Amino acid sequence: MIRFIAQRMALLPLLMVVYSFVIFAIMQAPPGDFLTAYVATLASSGSSISADQIQALRHDYGLDQPFIVQYWLWVKSLFQGNLGLSLEYQRPNADLIGEQLGLTIALALFSFVLTWAIAVPAGIYSAMHPRSFVDHALTVINYVGVATPNFMLALILMWVAFAWFDIGITGLYSPEFVDAPWSIARVLDLLAHIWLPGLVLGIAGTARLSRIMRANLLDELNKPYVVTARAKGMREWRLVLRYPVRLAFNPLVSTIGWYLPALFSGSLIVATVMNLPNIGPLLLRALINQDMYLAGGILLIYSFLTILGTLLSDVLLALIDPRIRVEN
Amino acid sequence: MSVEATTSSPSGAAAEDRVAVASNWRLVWWRFRRHHLAMASAALLACLYIVVLLPDFFATQDPERTDARQAFIPVQSIHLFDDGALSPWVPAIVGKRNPVTLRMEWQTDTSKKVRIHFLAPGPSWKVFGLFETNVHLIAPADPKQRIFLLGSDRLGRDQWSRIMHGTQTSMTVGLVAVALSVILGIVLGGLSGYVGGKTDQVIQRLIELLQSVPTIPIWLALSAALPRDWTPVQVFFAITVILSLVGWTTLGREVRGRFLALREEDFVLAARLAGCSRARIILRHMMPTFLSHIIATSSLAIPVMIINETSLSFLGLGIRPPAISLGVLLQEAQNIQTLALAPWLLIPGLVVIVSVLAFNLVGDGLRDAADPYSQ
Repeated sequence: MIRFIAQRMALLPLLMVVYSFVIFAIMQAPPGDFLTAYVATLASSGSSISADQIQALRHDYGLDQPFIVQYWLWVKSLFQGNLGLSLEYQRPNADLIGEQLGLTIALALFSFVLTWAIAVPAGIYSAMHPRSFVDHALTVINYVGVATPNFMLALILMWVAFAWFDIGITGLYSPEFVDAPWSIARVLDLLAHIWLPGLVLGIAGTARLSRIMRANLLDELNKPYVVTARAKGMREWRLVLRYPVRLAFNPLVSTIGWYLPALFSGSLIVATVMNLPNIGPLLLRALINQDMYLAGGILLIYSFLTILGTLLSDVLLALIDPRIRVEN
Repeated sequence: MSVEATTSSPSGAAAEDRVAVASNWRLVWWRFRRHHLAMASAALLACLYIVVLLPDFFATQDPERTDARQAFIPVQSIHLFDDGALSPWVPAIVGKRNPVTLRMEWQTDTSKKVRIHFLAPGPSWKVFGLFETNVHLIAPADPKQRIFLLGSDRLGRDQWSRIMHGTQTSMTVGLVAVALSVILGIVLGGLSGYVGGKTDQVIQRLIELLQSVPTIPIWLALSAALPRDWTPVQVFFAITVILSLVGWTTLGREVRGRFLALREEDFVLAARLAGCSRARIILRHMMPTFLSHIIATSSLAIPVMIINETSLSFLGLGIRPPAISLGVLLQEAQNIQTLALAPWLLIPGLVVIVSVLAFNLVGDGLRDAADPYSQ
């Protein structure tokens, strides 16, 4: 088991190297570089800079070097924990990202827990009562949920809350807590606000996971061991929860590999619409303003979270299913 | 499934004979036809694609025509009958300036009727860019009068006409992006499955890498890297390429799996022994057996592309104005103040939801029908 985890961990740095290279290439793709954007920012604020100074700066930042050297300089500074300086905010990128990273991860994880807490019982119930009202309702929610873009759902909810209940549901805190230091009251306030974006983010996934759970469980419920247990007089709920559910869980755990990363990248859109503190809107601004090193840093973090999600599902799967360990 | 159940004709020897000699495609069609929801969705999609072909016919006016004095006009719904007689009309709009906010507030007034005609002349347009005509599905009786069947936006542009053009762009993006994915998926997946060995290894690792990419952030970064001075057409194709870059992997996997399964089949061996070339074996003998699966998988990929395009454009990094797509239209509905004022700006989103729903239902129907010999 430890060897299995170690093997997967060894892959992580390799993947990060590939990703960082691709991300750097994308960052370099737009015409101009960091300094062209910087000079434009300076010009718009009224100050100017001479051509000699630009040339000197270009040399200092290594911007006159070939692509591969620039890439190497970037990676080297990454290892020193230096993500560069944001053009727009004139602050270190690491600070900017750090401020929002915690809440980004919190939102995705919260949405993930919410999804499972709803999807698993719903899936079990609809497998035990196929063609019941709840089962049909979940099918409809699944179709509509998958067909509705996340941002659309957020927009509709915001409009309904505003038009009918006259409340604003943007942001993660009540106004008095936005800049307050961390306290129990602030955490409670956060919990009171985070469930709605969490739900918006997870609703399509919830419906889909409950369908997967239902299909897996239905397959198991027809097997002879279930009939045997039932014939021996085992109570239905106890029987289902004890054996078939455990087996039906495996395919569900393997969905974590794509679902958790999908939540991280999906939170970008929901956070932008609902105005949440999140690295998503930060990335969007950075991309639009060509704040390249900030965008690159955020893209790297997204990639890291994605790999971590896949890794987590592999390890969990190996933990609950001995067959996978044996194969490796 | 019993074979008799596939046919809707009266059972008996004649029907059984019909099934026995029916071609693969006929069997698929018979099976698909039993999905009533999928059939209804297919009809809906057919209507949508008529709009895609002729958006100007359905539009009531130029989608770019602005008028600041006609901003945020609410929906003017069509009434077919007037005093029991067939005489279509829409209620007139009367505006009053709010003395406090100094904003125009519009009301529909059903006592004042604006006559409209069906299949009547309006602004002229070209059918497929070739023949000029001025016939529109709906046109106001007085050509100088503007009607807003789905309201107007911040700049007083007619949302109904804009949705017709936006539908054209968004539905086409979906189709083109999936077409690109299918080509990539078949070529690379086919290579992977048929050649095997090192090629297979390389392509499989590539697919794994692409599938583990954080899609939305990378799409955004790629679209942001597009030069700002590109024409809408160039941006359109760049966006479809970006979307299909990740989209082909699912299809590639599917095609590879089919090739691997079929490679060992007797009929492939027979074809090889009969001296068929590799291309002939692939195109003539292997492809037809899984073509229906590819069609089913790609029809499920189209709605994903439509949602992705809409999301990218909504965030301002997809299709860019002056091009119109459903995502571009939804940009108008980005903040809660506008939404509270003009909730009809969410209607383009309904078009997205309905079309994606229809595509998913058709795709599910096709997937179930793709293998008519299965249980």
